[in-house]
Amino acid sequence: MTNRAELTRRDILKSGAAVASLTLASGVTLMAFGGSADAKGADAGKRWGLLIDAGKCDADCSDCVTACSTENGWGHGDHGSPETDPAWIRKVTLKEQSTGRTVSAPIMCQHCEAPPCVDVCPTGASMQRPDGVVLVDKHICIGCRYCMMACPFKARSFVHEPVADQKVNAPRGNGTVESCTLCVHRVDKGRIPACVEACEQAGHSAILFGDLNDPDSPISKALEQYPSIALRDDLGLNPAVRYQNM
Amino acid sequence: MIMRIALLLACLAAPVWAGDLMPAIPVATGDPHPEGNDYMRRNHMEMMKHDRDLTLREGDRDIGASLGQCFDCHAVEVAGEPVGYDNEQHFCRTCHDYAAVKVDCFMCHTSKPSTDIHRTMATADEPNSIAAYLTRVEGAEQ
Amino acid sequence: MERTIYREIRATPQVMQLGGLLAAFILAALWSVYTVEHHGHVITGMTNQIVWGLPHVFAIFLIVAASGALNVASIASVFGQKAYKPMARFSSLLAIALLVGGLAVVVLDLGRPDRLIVAMTTYNFSSVFAWNVLLYNGFIVIVGGYLVLQMMRKVDPRLVKAAGLVAFLWRLALTTGTGSIFGWLVARPGYDAAIMAPLFIVMSFAFGLAVFILVTLWLFTLSGRIFGDALLIRMGRLLGIFAAAVLYFTAVQHLTNLYATEHGGVERFILRDGGIYTLLFWGVQVVIGGLAPIALVFLNPSRSSTVLAATLVIIGGFAQIYVIVIGGQAYPLDIFPGFDVIEGFNEGIVNPYAPSIYELLLGLGGVAIALFAAGLGAKVLRVLPTNLSDANLPADR
Repeated sequence: MTNRAELTRRDILKSGAAVASLTLASGVTLMAFGGSADAKGADAGKRWGLLIDAGKCDADCSDCVTACSTENGWGHGDHGSPETDPAWIRKVTLKEQSTGRTVSAPIMCQHCEAPPCVDVCPTGASMQRPDGVVLVDKHICIGCRYCMMACPFKARSFVHEPVADQKVNAPRGNGTVESCTLCVHRVDKGRIPACVEACEQAGHSAILFGDLNDPDSPISKALEQYPSIALRDDLGLNPAVRYQNM
Repeated sequence: MIMRIALLLACLAAPVWAGDLMPAIPVATGDPHPEGNDYMRRNHMEMMKHDRDLTLREGDRDIGASLGQCFDCHAVEVAGEPVGYDNEQHFCRTCHDYAAVKVDCFMCHTSKPSTDIHRTMATADEPNSIAAYLTRVEGAEQ
Repeated sequence: MERTIYREIRATPQVMQLGGLLAAFILAALWSVYTVEHHGHVITGMTNQIVWGLPHVFAIFLIVAASGALNVASIASVFGQKAYKPMARFSSLLAIALLVGGLAVVVLDLGRPDRLIVAMTTYNFSSVFAWNVLLYNGFIVIVGGYLVLQMMRKVDPRLVKAAGLVAFLWRLALTTGTGSIFGWLVARPGYDAAIMAPLFIVMSFAFGLAVFILVTLWLFTLSGRIFGDALLIRMGRLLGIFAAAVLYFTAVQHLTNLYATEHGGVERFILRDGGIYTLLFWGVQVVIGGLAPIALVFLNPSRSSTVLAATLVIIGGFAQIYVIVIGGQAYPLDIFPGFDVIEGFNEGIVNPYAPSIYELLLGLGGVAIALFAAGLGAKVLRVLPTNLSDANLPADR
């Protein structure tokens, strides 16, 4: 193990809220801590997204919700009600008013390119990673819930009661806001999000995961070939989650 | 603040004061920190705070100072089970209770070691790796 | 006419008893905060659908009224109405007190109030909320400075007038900011409207003056000082004009929304089908808090009419903010236009909300903090004139 003392001290002096210094420190840290080439962190050249094919989604299946809850350790609280329980992902079944056609799909954080939750957050806890994933920095979230007021998709939950035995990769605590992380802890280590895995295992493969910035990725090709929509497209937020056959 | 605690520790370390007044620091496993214990005592929070921002905001998970890594060597077991922060024998608490410095970490983070399958990069032969997934998806398309 | 003399109110047993009562409310609010902190917000009526509840109604009322309470000082210094001059000091003090009470409620309702320092040191400048933190802090500093200048001996009156102007402009910015907290929420059909900012400004004129009238009268009665009928009736007429302005802006707000088909749903909800919200809107906000006080002060101008009108404007104001804050969240988000939700929890339906005792105690605690601070200020500072009898009023130019 290398000696972290000298470099860390310098990093601490340089670090702060400024992104530039963080990026600089990131490079230094990587070398100092014996980083390997395959772990560079969130890649600004990528934009992770999901394409949900409502035509393949089974109205009676909620494996994606169960998988997310298991992976990230959220669910029914000890004292809560459905109104106060968190829901990082939820299933809805809809009926088209004009035709009577029914359709089912999961709704989670849409990871907007222009996220209103990030705009309104007073402390900057609501933030966007270089690869477009929208997260809550619970270290500085003060629990004001303005992001929940701003989110057009009801994608965020406020933790209404103390929690214990959290998952190691999904810290969550009373009095802060949380939402779908696109399983960044898995993606950063080269694994697909839990909901994508569960949907595939259930035999539906209704959630397609991939890099929207890569024109050769399956998700980009699918978006190019078939019509899809973004929820509340009128708001111009350009979500990274899109829907087919809605 | 840190200086004051250090000073306090120094005073209390005098032989006359030793004994029950000192925190009973649990013995850790593994190699000692190359930075030395003094450095770790003073700077562990700064190190963790620095790296938490890198991990969360930049997605850099190849980090040098994480809670999980503390647990690797420092976790205290009672009757074969690691204890949580609610137990006063938890290694963070032995010193922090003594110094009366509040720890905010465990309102959100787990305070027990756990097997973290996502600590290492996925290899292409793991079925849930992005590489294996993309191969399957592209195969299904053709 | 004699010179205006400012004196502290004396600590009569009655004053001390009222102080004790307010302190009890503050303690009850602190107990409520402690309990909510311990158990989490799960014990309140707030949910993941109604994320801002009764505490925010109280807080926004107090913050809006704070900037309005400063109007009396502005009327004197910026608009040169000499009759209002003797009340300018207390107007400034009450403005600060109301703001502190309102902010206390917002802060104590946070999920992590222990992280207030984060809110004060880490700013995201694209957030209206962060701008408001600066506007609120600035308001306290500027109005505080204005108050000090008013109380200092041998200060150039032009300097006081300049400070009054700065404070007046700042308070307009502050209420614009408060209104924009809602006006800039594009996601919610009940909020997304630029008129929120001016609407909040006229609301502040009305609510602030109403609170000022009642609190000042209350302190005058407690300390056995005279508040002249003619002055009170004159302020009542002004309150009537402000209440009419609130009705006008409310009408424009809803007419604009009604014209846009996409907002038809939320308008039908508030104006016709919203149950409690419809009742609060027409019954309490429009009739009790708008038409009734206007009728009182213009058709039957008297001392008691003015007091009653001020009380009704406050009641109507609470109803109005309740309808805006809670009603705007109760109406469902239209995430899937053209679809009905047949399965999905709390999706596409009106979200229920039942405030808990904790929220009520916290809100009342904020009011108590504001009144306690105003009373304490009047007790230790020379801000209240000894005599506001009609014979003693300075004549206007």
